[in-house]
Amino acid sequence: MDIEQQIAEKVRAAIESGSPLAIRGGNSKAFYGYPAAGKPLDVSDHEGIVEYDPGELVLTCRAGSRLSEIRATLAKNGQHFPFEPPGFGDSATVGGTVACGFSGPSRPWSGSLRDYLLGVKMVNGAGEVVQYGGQVMKNVAGYDMSRLLAGSMGTLGVLLETSFKVLPLPARELTLEFECDQAEAIEKANRWSGQPLPLWGAFWLDGKLQVRLSGAGSEVDQAVSRLQPNAVHENSNSWFQLREHQLLFFRDTSNLWRISLPPSTPPLDLNSECLLDWGGAQRWYITELPAAEIRQTAAAAGGYATLFRGAADVEIFHPQPPGLRRLQERIRQALDPHGLFDSGRMWQEG
Amino acid sequence: MNCPEVRPLASTNRSQVLQELRRVVPTDIVLESLEAIKPFECDALSMHRKTPLLVALPNSMEQVKAILQVCHRLEVPVVTRGAGTGLSGGALPHEQGVLLVLTRLNRILEIDPLNRTARLQPGVRNLAISEAVAEYGLYYAPDPSSQIACSIGGNVAENSGGVHCLKYGLTVHNVLEVRILTIEGEELVLGGATLDTPGYDLLALINGSEGMLGVITEILVRLLPVPETARVVLAGFASVERAAATVSAIIAAGIVPAGLEMMDRLSVEAVEAFNSPGYPLHAEAVLLCELDGGEAEVAEQMAAVQEILKKQQATSVTVSANETERLKLWAGRKNAFPAVGRIRPDYYCMDGTIPRRELAVVLAKIKELSERYGLQVANVFHAGDGNLHPLILYDANRERELESAEQLGAEILSMCISAGGTVTGEHGVGMEKIDSMCEQFRSAELEQFHALKYAFDPRGLLNPGKAVPSLHRCAELGAMHVHGGKLPFPDLPRF
Repeated sequence: MDIEQQIAEKVRAAIESGSPLAIRGGNSKAFYGYPAAGKPLDVSDHEGIVEYDPGELVLTCRAGSRLSEIRATLAKNGQHFPFEPPGFGDSATVGGTVACGFSGPSRPWSGSLRDYLLGVKMVNGAGEVVQYGGQVMKNVAGYDMSRLLAGSMGTLGVLLETSFKVLPLPARELTLEFECDQAEAIEKANRWSGQPLPLWGAFWLDGKLQVRLSGAGSEVDQAVSRLQPNAVHENSNSWFQLREHQLLFFRDTSNLWRISLPPSTPPLDLNSECLLDWGGAQRWYITELPAAEIRQTAAAAGGYATLFRGAADVEIFHPQPPGLRRLQERIRQALDPHGLFDSGRMWQEG
Repeated sequence: MNCPEVRPLASTNRSQVLQELRRVVPTDIVLESLEAIKPFECDALSMHRKTPLLVALPNSMEQVKAILQVCHRLEVPVVTRGAGTGLSGGALPHEQGVLLVLTRLNRILEIDPLNRTARLQPGVRNLAISEAVAEYGLYYAPDPSSQIACSIGGNVAENSGGVHCLKYGLTVHNVLEVRILTIEGEELVLGGATLDTPGYDLLALINGSEGMLGVITEILVRLLPVPETARVVLAGFASVERAAATVSAIIAAGIVPAGLEMMDRLSVEAVEAFNSPGYPLHAEAVLLCELDGGEAEVAEQMAAVQEILKKQQATSVTVSANETERLKLWAGRKNAFPAVGRIRPDYYCMDGTIPRRELAVVLAKIKELSERYGLQVANVFHAGDGNLHPLILYDANRERELESAEQLGAEILSMCISAGGTVTGEHGVGMEKIDSMCEQFRSAELEQFHALKYAFDPRGLLNPGKAVPSLHRCAELGAMHVHGGKLPFPDLPRF
């Protein structure tokens, strides 16, 4: 259903009334960021594929489209979103996925969500429908507004349509298991990432490094004999469980921290269990350790810590240097001069 | 959007600027004599030339910072320039401004083989990166055709592409961190050695920002393992349509080639006359398709591609058997621009991108336009990305030929927009395509670009007049281009 005009109308009405809007798709990621404030603007009815020509490797859909449905359509045509976005629920929409900017286990090798984002149509802070980027692979006309919107949590405009580059599904996928400690897992994953191997995932938990190979059949088989794993699994479900946070590790309801690091960083000195993903570049901790200690440890290693799920009284996003923070605020105000979009979802005052 | 249009800059007092700059940096850093400045009057779009007020060639970040602080205080425009290989006039000097040339900042600061990154100053040449990291079995993927000369700072500013974009992406996909100095001289770190950073993705924004938002002072690039092997196949076709259909057929078969290039008959004849790479002379179009990866994978995919070529009735097929043959086959494509350049004294290179399915139609229309204007057009381009590079051949010494070539170019760009594409795939807007931007974007969109620029550079001192046209300019242009009594851009305010 195309409700572009109604959405734009609601944004214009909000400018009139001066009441901020909280944009909502499937509400599957309400747990992430600060709580939403403002009048809900539901865009989940604005759904459907606008254009998809598999030969072009481009898919354009409305922002309210269910992620699961788009995935199914792509799969039917032997294609996929290589960046493996998590849904965190069946109701997840493509717009919400872009707004959060999440990528899955393949991210270090496939590239991220924003790497595949080619264009957007949106309602801007003046209530106008505008379009950036497009449906072509290469486009450097004007500033890259589309990619700026990825991960902006609905604070810069209302997404109406998004265009993605998509790719053929790999012919073969295998999961290799290695028994090793965390330090060895980090070393292995990074060493192998620097070699011409069809790597497509590497996570470590509980003394086991799991490595996913993905590519042409011959290439994958060759790599297996080269890497000599302790075990090999076909059709492993653990990548799906990892992507959707359904592994047992995630069952604990304490604070879930996500730490982003240079991938080869040695194991962090945090007294808590670690799930290491992205070959070391993304590490998950479930812990009641104080935020300050976690942030300090992450920062000392050149990284950032985000409270992914948990207590409301903690600063969620890693603080930025003041100059960068000021610039981000000026950008926000430039694109949302009336303060229409719920900036509190991403930014705390001050 | 309530962003003020950047006001016209007051004319600058040259001697005052010179004096103030010399107070903060050594004398030899600032060039002032006409003969010293002259070589900087244009970038690789040599049809546009301007003499800058002064040229600064800093040796260190501290000097860049000091120069910016002076320019900011005196409200002097700053145009940043790297190797000067840009094709859109992005580094065209400003007559009232300082041209900030960063070629002396050319050190590789750090190579981290385990994290697969290299930290670079902006003046490091593109090819020098891959050369420096080769000993680790790594390379830097984006390879613009000027890679021997172009520098990484300019690559980021233009979000440069190359022949391997389809598989390995543009600059924006291969850069992890960019440090900039704002016009005020404040250092900001965008992105980082991590795969993501908190806040808005300003790293994505700075890529392709054409020197409008900040001065790029340091870059951390992502390195990739060198593929085990690469092979290329050259195929000739009896028609452009056949070649275009083959491009789609290869992609539809689930193959993502490392490179997929097309050349038309005129370009093939030119390269054969230039360095005889062994291209089929009577083909209307040739395709070069490169596959890379593991030996077995490449062999598997090469067989599939050959099957497709047969089905699409390729008139000739040559597959490289070894590295020497591969490089020889590429030599034709890589020398296509200079080879075509020998046909006539000047050529003008366009850069529109279109959906692949429109290739045959758009190429046929380019042919029509070429006949109508009486100017030959050679096509050498990144077919896999739908990124066209029509080369319009002209002679600048003949009356009105340059104007004609520019007009033909603008028509080609209009066609790219109507086909659902864009006016620039990898060369940037710069000065060259500024008017075509009025056609691709509506005023609300352009205003948003200006608002964004304002957030970084409220005084509008960085590269004024480039990349994004003022609404005023678009309105005036619209008034000039009245067709059938209908004004284009009816939503624009008129001045």
